[in-house]
Amino acid sequence: MAETKPTARPLSPHLQIYRPMLTMMMSIIHRLTGVALALGMVLLVWWLSAAAMSDDYFNLVQELFGSWFGKLVMLGFSWALIHHALGGLRHLIWDTGRGFELKTVELMARANLAGSFSLTILLWIVGYGART
Amino acid sequence: MSLRTPLGTVRGLGSAKTGTEHWWMQRVTAIANLPLVGFFLYFIVAHLGAPRSAVVASLANPLVAILLALAMVSMLWHMRLGLQVVIEDYVHGAAAKLALLLFNSFYAAVLGAAVLYAILKMSFGL
Ligand code: HEM
Repeated sequence: MAETKPTARPLSPHLQIYRPMLTMMMSIIHRLTGVALALGMVLLVWWLSAAAMSDDYFNLVQELFGSWFGKLVMLGFSWALIHHALGGLRHLIWDTGRGFELKTVELMARANLAGSFSLTILLWIVGYGART
Repeated sequence: MSLRTPLGTVRGLGSAKTGTEHWWMQRVTAIANLPLVGFFLYFIVAHLGAPRSAVVASLANPLVAILLALAMVSMLWHMRLGLQVVIEDYVHGAAAKLALLLFNSFYAAVLGAAVLYAILKMSFGL
């Protein structure tokens, strides 16, 4: 078996001493929102399953989701979904080989954040308006 | 001495597995998710605080039921592929990795079965 000799190679910087950059944070957030959405899927399935069960049970679940804590979770979920969807769009643009110029990358990151916050607020305004 | 031939012990140990297919399906489901998630958000907003009968009535429309089912399947499929990458990136022990990957598949399958059953039940007015 070939031995691997320890050589003095330069180490890549550790995450802890790496200057945080917007693009790096966006990459992490895309992954975090993806995992958060995966956990949140249980809630969506629960809601639809409750609707398929009985009036009483559905009312209970609607009440839980409509409580301040339920609303907080749903606010987080809706933002994560919209942010991840826009971030995914960014990935799909990169997949076509476009949008790799530093300026464009930076611009898309900012548009992603601005878009996710404004669309989430818009969704909740429409939601409150449409509430029956 | 082992029953296995030397060639048999090394076959399939390379890194070339099904990466391309995985990557591609992550994109296919991502593209499908864009309109389907939009529809799903619309469906939720349209039923905020609504009684159960209103949800059931909406799902009586086959188009609504089919779109909702497609949305859930696409999201859960995409979710399973995505979580698989996260697990493979961070979990290196062979046993722990296998266990988590199995759990990941079962998680998606159970959620999918439950939600499709719920959608069909309501759509058929049962
Ligand atoms: C319109 C909706 C969505 C779009 C366009 C989208 C797009 C994407 C894309 C392009 C990737 C690959 C990113 C990469 O290669 O690094 C990805 C990863 C991922 N997505 Fe989505 N997605 C959407 C919705 C969802 C939903 C609903 C879930 C959960 C149920 C989810 C969970 C994940 C996870 C867990 C990953 C893996 C994250 C990672 O590897 O860092 N996504 N998404």
